[in-house]
This record gives sequence, C-alpha cells and structure tokens, in this order.
Amino acid sequence: MNNEEVLHEKPLVVHDAGHAIHEHHHQSFITKYIFSQDHKMISKQYLLTGIIWAVIGGFFSVIFRLQLGFPDQTFPFLEDIFGHWAKGGRLDTEFYYALVTMHGTILVFFVLTAGLSGTFSNFLIPLQVGARDMASPFLNMLSYWFFFLASIVMFSSLFLQTGPASGGWTIYPPLSALGDAMDGSKGGMDFWLTSIALFIISVLLGGLNYITTVLNMRTKGMYMTRLPLTVWSFLFTAILGVLTFPVLLSAVVLLLFDRHLGTSFYLSDIVIGGKILPNEGGSPILFQHLFWFLGHPEVYIIALPAMGITSEVISTNSRKPIFGYMAMVGSFFAIASLSFLVWAHHMFVSGMNPFLGSFFVLFTLLIAVPSAIKVFNWLTTLWKGNIHFTPGMLFAIGFVSLFISGGLTGIWLGNSALDLHLHDTYFVIAHFHLVMGVASMFGMFAGVYHWYPKMFGRFMNHTLSYLHFWISFIGAYFIFWPMHYEGLAGMPRRYYDFSNWESFKMFGGLNEFISITAIIVFAAQFLFIFNFFYSMYKGRKVTERNKNPWHSTTMEWTTPIHPPHGNWVSEIPEVHRWPYDYGKDGRDFIAQTEPVGADESKH
Amino acid sequence: MIAVMKQEKKTIHPLKFIMWAGCASIVMMFAGLSSAYIVKRNQANWLSFDIPVIFYYSTAVIILSSVTIMLSRKAFINREMKHYKRWLFLTTILGITFVLLQYLGFKQLWASGITLTRNVSFSFLYIIVGLHAVHVMGGVVALVIMYLKSFSRRRKNYNQIYIDLMNTYWHFVDLLWIYLLFFLLLIR
Repeated sequence: MNNEEVLHEKPLVVHDAGHAIHEHHHQSFITKYIFSQDHKMISKQYLLTGIIWAVIGGFFSVIFRLQLGFPDQTFPFLEDIFGHWAKGGRLDTEFYYALVTMHGTILVFFVLTAGLSGTFSNFLIPLQVGARDMASPFLNMLSYWFFFLASIVMFSSLFLQTGPASGGWTIYPPLSALGDAMDGSKGGMDFWLTSIALFIISVLLGGLNYITTVLNMRTKGMYMTRLPLTVWSFLFTAILGVLTFPVLLSAVVLLLFDRHLGTSFYLSDIVIGGKILPNEGGSPILFQHLFWFLGHPEVYIIALPAMGITSEVISTNSRKPIFGYMAMVGSFFAIASLSFLVWAHHMFVSGMNPFLGSFFVLFTLLIAVPSAIKVFNWLTTLWKGNIHFTPGMLFAIGFVSLFISGGLTGIWLGNSALDLHLHDTYFVIAHFHLVMGVASMFGMFAGVYHWYPKMFGRFMNHTLSYLHFWISFIGAYFIFWPMHYEGLAGMPRRYYDFSNWESFKMFGGLNEFISITAIIVFAAQFLFIFNFFYSMYKGRKVTERNKNPWHSTTMEWTTPIHPPHGNWVSEIPEVHRWPYDYGKDGRDFIAQTEPVGADESKH
Repeated sequence: MIAVMKQEKKTIHPLKFIMWAGCASIVMMFAGLSSAYIVKRNQANWLSFDIPVIFYYSTAVIILSSVTIMLSRKAFINREMKHYKRWLFLTTILGITFVLLQYLGFKQLWASGITLTRNVSFSFLYIIVGLHAVHVMGGVVALVIMYLKSFSRRRKNYNQIYIDLMNTYWHFVDLLWIYLLFFLLLIR
C-alpha cells in the first residue's frame, strides 16, 4: 500500500495522464473535528485533552502544597470546592493521599505520555517523514478515543462518594488490593484500574501506528539516517510503549482478580481490622516487579520525545547542524534498551535479594553514559552557534539545564547503598520532578511554541511566552532545589504533616517558600493557556512569505500553511539530504527537499 | 504519479507490520505472566496440577482451524468464492469449538477441586488459559464479520489484505496456545 491508498482506504483509480483522481472531501463538523482520522486533528485533540488534564493535575499539587506549606492554617475555600473532604478548610488526611495519587497518575500517564507523545508523534511523524497520514488512520482515531474514554473514567472517579484511588500512583498491593484497607481502595481503585486498562489500549494502538509509519511510510529518499531526531525519539518511545505497557496490563488484570475474585497473586498472611484473611501464597513484590517493568521504561517514554524535540529545536535555533547525529541515534537506542534492564532500582528496599541489586545498580549507572552523550551533544551544538532565543529555544535550553540538574542526582539514587538512606524521601521527589517531570514539560512547551505556527497558522505572543518561560524556569528550581536538602535530612515523601517531628521543624519556612512558589508557577501557566487559545484566533498570521518562520530544513514546512488532510496538495516531495544542513557552504539553511548541488561540499 | 508509485520500494504492507508488532505486544503480555509464574513456582505453597485431557482435544481443534483458514486464503486467491466461504465458516466454527472446549476443561478442573482461589498456581492456570481464550474470541468476532461481509452483494471484494491479516493473527493465537500448553506441561 502506498501513501495515497492509506488516505482513501481503497486502491486508487489512476488517470491516463498519470494523476490520481482526488475525491472531493466533503467533511461534516463531526468527521472533521470530532471523529477525525486526520493525524493533525488527532494531535490537536491529544494536546487539548492534555492541557485540560495538566490544569487539573497541577491544581491538585497546589492544593496539597497548601497543606504541606501551611499545616496549621485553614483555608475555608477548600470546603467550598471539596465539601466533606476538607471540613473546616483542612484537607482530610485520606483525601490528601487521593490528591497525591491523582497528581502522579494524571501527570505521568495523561499529560506526559498521552499529551506529549500523543500530540507530537501524531503531528510530526507523518509531516516529517513525508507521509499523507498514519499507516492506519482509523486505528489512530481509535487510539484517541480510547484515551478519551480512559480520561472520562478517571475523571468520574473524582466524584465517587469514597473518593478516587489513593494508594499512590504506583498502586502497590496489598493496600490497593483490599477495599477494607481504606476508602481510596474501594470504588476509586476499580475506576483507576479500568481507566488505565483503556489507556494501555490507546497507547498500544497509537504506538503500533507510529512504529509502522516511521518504518514503512517514508517518502522517497527519506532513509532512516535522514530522519530528524524528533522522529527517531518518537520511534523509540513507541517501541518502548508497545513492549512494556502489555506487562502493566497483566499486572492490572491480576490485581483486579485479587480484588474481586478472591485470588492471592499479591496477597498473603494479612490481618485487617482484627480479621485474618484467607489469602495465602501471594507476594506483593511480584506486583512491584511487573509494575516497574513498565514503570521504568515509562520514564523514558516521557523523556525521549522531549529529548527529540529539544535536539531539533536547539539545532534549528543555533543555525548549526546537530553535533553527533549518529551518536544521538545511538544513545537513543542505548537508553531504550538499557531501560528494560533497570526496573528493580525502584525496589532496593523492597526486600528483594541484595545480590540482585548490584546487577541493577550496574545497568542503572550505565544509563549515565548515553545521557551524558546527549547532554554533551546539545551543549556542543549550542557552542559557537548563532543562537536565536525564540520561546521554543528557551524552553529547549531549559530542558537541558533541568535534565542535567535532575540527572546528576540519578547517579546518587542508582546506588543501592545510598538509596537506603534516600529512598522515599523528598530527594527522590526533587530528582524525578526535575529530570522527567518539569524537564519533559519544558520539552512539551518547546514543541508547542516551535510548531504552533504549523499547527494553527498563527504565531503565539512572544512577550507572554518569555514571561511564561522565566517564571516557570526560575520557579522550577525554587520549588525542587530545596527539596534535596529536605530529602538528605530524611524527610519522607507522601506525609501529611511534618510539624510533629522535631528534626523537620527547621524546614517549616522552606516548605512555606516552596508552596508559595508552586502557586506562582501554577498561576504563570495560565499565561501560556491564555496565549495558546488567544493566538489561535487573534495571533499574528503566518504568511506565504514566512511560512517557514524558523528557517527549518525539515519537511513539515514545505506543506501549505493550513495543510489539508493528506498534507501535500500535489506529490510528496523527495528527500535528498539529512535534516541538519544549517550554515553549509555559506548558506543559512538548505531544505531536505533540495537536491544536492554539483559543487556542494560533503557533510 | 505512476512513476512515483513504481519507484516505491517493495516493503511489507503497513497493516501487516502493525499486525506483527501487535503480536509482539501480546507476546510481552504473556511473557510478563509466564515470568511471574516461574518466579512464583519457586516459592512456597505451590501446588502442581494435571492438564485436563480436553485441552489436548482443543489443541487438535485449533491446529485444524489453522489449516482451514489457510485453505480459505488459498481459495480466495484462486477466486473460488464458494470454497472460500466454506473454509471460512469452518474456521469460525472450529474457533468457537476451541473456546467451548477450554470452558469444558475449566469445568472439569473445577470439579476435580482445582478452583480459581484454592492455590495461586491454579489461579495462574485460569488466568493464562483464560486470557488466551479471550484473544481467540476476539479472532472469532473478526472471523464472523469477515464471513458476513463475504455475502455482501453490494461490492465485490478483491482486496486480499484483510484475509492475510486474519491468517497471521489466527496462526499467532494457535502458536501461542501451543507454547502455553507446553509451558504449562513442562513447568507446573
């Protein structure tokens, strides 16, 4: 099947003159905006849903930060929002856990997996490899709607009488397996498991499409070695997702059986409320193994797309070829393969065999090598570049900064000996928020600012973007840097109130500071959201003359300003060179579609 | 346009590739379960069990159905639509029979005291065999749709791709069952 057939779902009739007959697309509102099979529209649907989830997830963090920063104060407005979960303006202890759990679940799965790779894999893969659409537009549409369904289920769980799931986003049994253990393990947990099962189907359908499109639907001349690094990162992300999410599905199925059908996969020797449960022979460690077999690659499912976007944005805005293209691809490959062999570094204190631990320490520390290669390559791409500080570029550089700061503490935590002290403290919170949370968020912002003109045919407001960047960037360090000190002092994560501990009293002021900064940073995100929606209708228009506003070499900018379903009006252009010909032979940039000239120097 | 089409490399059909990658992801799901099973087996409280005889019959049925679906594809290629429908129908029936036999096997197990919750080894047996049966049922649904479509008078079908996809998936669940059977026989 070639590209034309994909779009029309059946073999094309080919005209005598050699031109495909283009059926006139008559699209109703529903087929164009709702049940769309156009990858560009699906990507916008992902982005919009992701933004809504990010606001909800971020809002939850602000609420529990209020509790952590001001444990002895009451906030009557909380009772107006949450009713009996915040009686008298103080968060209910169980609801505090629900907020923490939902914040993690929403941000990890719904924002940084679906919102990030759903948006940009969908938008960029067909446009950058030169395809009319995904390999199967129909499955692609299904992928979004499974995600939507998962979102609905997760969102409804917030309105249950007993509240949403509240055993932490890792939902470790036995706590999550026993409804009697707490309210958050009752109906909310079933909603959580159902939602994640639907979400897994969505990721699989999407991922299968991404892989196939990259491997099979590239235009003529687009060899794998000529793919932009964004596409490479989406490819590895999708492979990771397709191979690890099914394992989470197994874990979820077993947990559902334990909850409702009385099996004992994860349960053994439990006394609850003075009653001895009949379950015997299960092991909660089994769940942790299955969960983290997905859970660790999941970290890279979140980080790799941000790395790909960063590479592309940094190279474009430094007006220099990316430093070490093959090293970049190689390190993607190394990170992706190593990520399968490190899951148990989340379990050093779980009681697993300590000799097993040393194996996982070795592989975990090995990941530092490809990560360092990437950082080195980004910095050397910037080095002596003609840097254009566009909003996208600022966020990309911000990504590199946060990735270094957060990555270095990964070397601490990867050591099983150090981990004994640091496990489940604020040190871990600081580490993963910097390295994959905020950093990937920055990668996402870089992508939105950079490709907004292509998505909507208009520009975002630069002043608001700069304001958004500086507040978020400084705020991110102000929030998470102090947490390192708290963690080193042994302050545990997920606790409701630290004011009873003599040793943590000294952090009272620091916690207040973190909470206030978090509120400011959360408020600053509305600069972005306003900018995003305002510019959609009122932003400066992209004109024919500057339809390639960042002077990029990649193929998406060769399409019309508002690409139709099918992306290119006439034939798909042929590709003649790699995507990073910046500043070559005295020319600012050379598009991938331009044939190699006779007197051109080699690259 | 024609020139462009001709120049395109003869690579694997994208939908076929999606099917293969999808199979890989199903394999990962069962790999997760089998490794959990192996780890569990080496711990205390593991009770061994006998595979019910019915499972051998169901194995024969699903192997036979793989043969019939191959014959249906061959008939389709030769445009012998009557044979194509017949073999497709037979495959569907065999698929349903397989699921029924698995169910009977479960009943037999249950009657002999191997119930879902008695021991974790039995729970695994039910989950692994059951999840495989769910995948077969999915295939049966696709087969039924394909069979009904073959009666459509409105359009003639010359497109072989969906038949190829069905073949791949059906052989896959067949092989998966054979693997699971050997797995359960050798490690229990």
